Amino acid sequence: MGYPAEYRYTKEHEWVQIDGGRVRIGITDHAQKELGDVVFVELPAVGTKVSVGDNLGTVESVKAVSDIYAPVSGTVVEINDDLESAPETINTAPYTDGWIAVVELADPSELDGLLDAATYETSLG
Amino acid sequence: MNTIFNCRCRGHQEGLFPLLDVPEREPGTVLGDALLRTVPLRIPNLSEPDVVRHYTKLSKWNHGVDDGFYPLGSCTMKYNPKLGEDLAGLPGFAGLHPLAGDSASQGALALLFELTSLLQGIAGLPRVSLQPVAGAHGELTGMFLMKRYFEERGETGRRRILLPDSAHGTNPASAALAGFSVESIPSTDRGTIDRAAVRAALDETVAGIMLTVPNTLGLFEPDILEITDAVHSAGGLCYFDGANLNSYLGRARPGDMGADVFHFNLHKTMSTPHGGGGPGAGPIAVSETLCELLPVPWIERIDGRLCLTWDHPRSIGSVHSFYGNVLVAVRALAYLLQLGDNGLRAVSENAVLNANYLQERLKATYELPHDTLCKHEFVLSGRGLAEGVSTLDIAKRLIDYGIHPPTIYFPLIVREALMIEPTETEGKAELDRFVDVMERIAAEARETPDVLHHAPHTTPIGRLDQTRAARDPVLTYPFDEAE
Amino acid sequence: MRYIPNTDADRREMLAAIGRPSLDALFEDIPQTVRDRYVPLGLRAHSEVDVVRLFAEWANQNAVTELVPFVGGGIYDHYTPAVVKHLAGRSEFYTAYTPYQPEISQGTLTAMFEFQTIVCELTGMEIANASMYDGATATAEAALMAERIRGRGRIAVSKGLFQHVRRVVDTYCWAAGIERVDLPIGEDGRTVVPQNEADVSAVILQTPNAAGVVETLRGVKEAIGDALLIVSADPVSLAVLEPPGALGADVVTGEGQALGLPMGFGGPLLGLFATRRQYLRQMPGRVAGRTVDVNDATGYTMAAQTREQHIRRERATSNICTNSALCALMATMYAATLGADGLRTVAKQCLAKAHDLADRIAELPGFSLPFESAFFNEFVVSTSEPAAAVAARARKAGFLIGVPDLNMPHVLGAGGGVRIAVTEKRTKPEMDRLIAVLEGAA
Repeated sequence: MGYPAEYRYTKEHEWVQIDGGRVRIGITDHAQKELGDVVFVELPAVGTKVSVGDNLGTVESVKAVSDIYAPVSGTVVEINDDLESAPETINTAPYTDGWIAVVELADPSELDGLLDAATYETSLG
Repeated sequence: MNTIFNCRCRGHQEGLFPLLDVPEREPGTVLGDALLRTVPLRIPNLSEPDVVRHYTKLSKWNHGVDDGFYPLGSCTMKYNPKLGEDLAGLPGFAGLHPLAGDSASQGALALLFELTSLLQGIAGLPRVSLQPVAGAHGELTGMFLMKRYFEERGETGRRRILLPDSAHGTNPASAALAGFSVESIPSTDRGTIDRAAVRAALDETVAGIMLTVPNTLGLFEPDILEITDAVHSAGGLCYFDGANLNSYLGRARPGDMGADVFHFNLHKTMSTPHGGGGPGAGPIAVSETLCELLPVPWIERIDGRLCLTWDHPRSIGSVHSFYGNVLVAVRALAYLLQLGDNGLRAVSENAVLNANYLQERLKATYELPHDTLCKHEFVLSGRGLAEGVSTLDIAKRLIDYGIHPPTIYFPLIVREALMIEPTETEGKAELDRFVDVMERIAAEARETPDVLHHAPHTTPIGRLDQTRAARDPVLTYPFDEAE
Repeated sequence: MRYIPNTDADRREMLAAIGRPSLDALFEDIPQTVRDRYVPLGLRAHSEVDVVRLFAEWANQNAVTELVPFVGGGIYDHYTPAVVKHLAGRSEFYTAYTPYQPEISQGTLTAMFEFQTIVCELTGMEIANASMYDGATATAEAALMAERIRGRGRIAVSKGLFQHVRRVVDTYCWAAGIERVDLPIGEDGRTVVPQNEADVSAVILQTPNAAGVVETLRGVKEAIGDALLIVSADPVSLAVLEPPGALGADVVTGEGQALGLPMGFGGPLLGLFATRRQYLRQMPGRVAGRTVDVNDATGYTMAAQTREQHIRRERATSNICTNSALCALMATMYAATLGADGLRTVAKQCLAKAHDLADRIAELPGFSLPFESAFFNEFVVSTSEPAAAVAARARKAGFLIGVPDLNMPHVLGAGGGVRIAVTEKRTKPEMDRLIAVLEGAA
């Protein structure tokens, strides 16, 4: 599955798809592999205001819980309700249907702090 | 496996109870129809022979210490003496109501008092409370004591609890429940806590440190005195998790190492049965500083008589309905009395010798992250055994050999961890057999890895689908499901 | 020490294999200073025979056969069928650990699943955990759970909870920084629930309560805004009472000792905890879930473990690890042995005997039943004599009765009240004698 070149990434294994003043967020293929079968996703509430690094929710597998950290500051405007009934989508399609939330950017300059695909992949070692 | 709900047998319990010797009363008349049960009670009526067959069959799908080697690290699965079962069943103990009053309970109070005396001696601390009924419950009570202590002194800014990254999950969970924030201190590559990191973290916002001694890798903290001194100097308190007490019984005491609170796990060190997950008992021992804060009631000797006393204004209150798990205390005391001082030493000597022997013999085949003198348990890694073979596979294959797997994937600081604790109630012959089996499994991992991947093969049920159990869990019998 | 299989020869061989000169050398990693401070207990090793004698003496010093328990207060003298002790005494059950390896723990896990189902059937709730330490800590943890969900910083607790339960709830709430507000008991013995108590996370009631009275749960949930309704209920009474789950409860807790467990001077006990399915992720404690194995055979395993301490650590829903598993197993076996019919028989016998005794006591001069409301098998009697004196008289004659701390002098009179519990084990001759004793010094 790799690491789509058009996305940006964080050290905490989130991917970020930029669309004008909004970003769509999910977790990477590496993260979903580490977790194993996802059984539950705790989504943020629409309207939640977050700062970089705030907790945005959790992804649970049978034996682990992973926090999702906000890669940017802003307001949550959309969440992926489908994950409630089909959490396994994060395993099968982490970059597309397995998206988690959309955040309206408060400070676009924060995007500069995100990693590109090559840097992220290298950091995985 | 059938449950009683989908068992097709039906029966009745007539003959269990005598006929009423007073006039019968219609519940509707006595209670009023508004309170009467209308919801069906779907608990099946079975004959006694069917109940016996069902639970006998269920028992045979279990593996207990009596069935075979059970080297679960940090659980101290030692032999459970049958004498304890008899004593706990004596009507004089089992049939005693907790509100019978002091004069009717002198025997029970004497037994509990004797146990607290011995536990005080083992801990090297002046006072013990038997109220907590599990290790985690003891931890929580200890955290409550610390919270109250600082509250009394007006030091409510002390909100941080330090603990090593190898700590058992109950430690941070207990601290958090008591309103503290938790900070993990890294271990050095020798596996013990980083003393410099502890010092760096100490200031006037630290309430204390929670340590397991020896730690969850089975290693004794060489700097234990320096660490507890440093915490005390910074105004904090020291909590010792006593899960690993089996490794130094008769040799050392937590009170001599700087502990302010220490919990026992009677269902580990003191041989009381694990019961499939409880009941256990987690009595706590405390230093002079915290004595007056212990939960009420206390058991005290006043004018030659034993009493339950409540007038202790500094006490944190109560953490259990009554006096702790008394019938577990009965078993623990019976065991301790049989050990005596010499027995305490024999326990730790054999437990530590058994563990070091296994470590020495297994390190030839399995990765040993810390090759040093261990105490009663040690941690191997399943890494590097063979490509694609995990610790989980090794564990499941052990089941086919009639051996309960060790603790796996804990502590978190070792990848693919296998924590092995033989205890002193295994003999060399059994240990040698375990080594043979582990070596055989290692060979299988290289030559026929699928045997491991699909293990266990010999159990009534195969590897279970954990994902399915976790997604949309079915936690009660689905009565409405079509048969 | 006969529980240790190693012989001296074994120890010599093992020491040689690990290259250590002596057993003492195995403890070199403990700082010398610490080892030097060790002081032995001064305890000799007792033989099994010694221990049997000593414990028999202690057991005989407890007045169990001499005192007939007409006392309850949360712990009841119910009859445990012989079969329960034998089945629970199978060592495959009691010497096993927590079922982290499900393939060799289907006995424990299947029984857990049965227990959870039985608790849900009795309480009318959707999900239940595999036990907590006792009814008191179960109720305290329910309060913590409600605070996690609603976050108001306050809970309302009825004075109808047994004192020992209130004490534990108080301690846990203090530690969590939750303020407690009292709800009084009214003159009819039922809790006065204020309307629209919207600023608490939970309202906690007990039924039957400390006055013996069955609380009216209907309408309470509607009256308390979005606070969670927590009800602590006696499980045997639920065989004939409408369960709290059908009356709007959000959490039902309780003391399961009444389900065939020995009184044991108060421990081990059995905490029951049941709630709505929507609160699964907030619920403390272990749960067993149904699943299948690789061959599609039905089996059971621990489910929703990500709530628990071994995964979530400081963010776990509780710190509980060891619970009261074997007691839950005994309660399951008790329920299976009795079946719904047997549980109803026990409940109806308790009801009949308690009401018969209550009616007869009410006819004695100087005794009256102060509360008009319905009761199950425990009731309060107001006495013209001081309650403690009445209890002392009863004790001298061989009967244990309770002296509750209800603090309701305007209802109970200056003497206060005694509290009497009657189970299916109490016989008419026993009740006749108790009446005679109470009558004796009016």
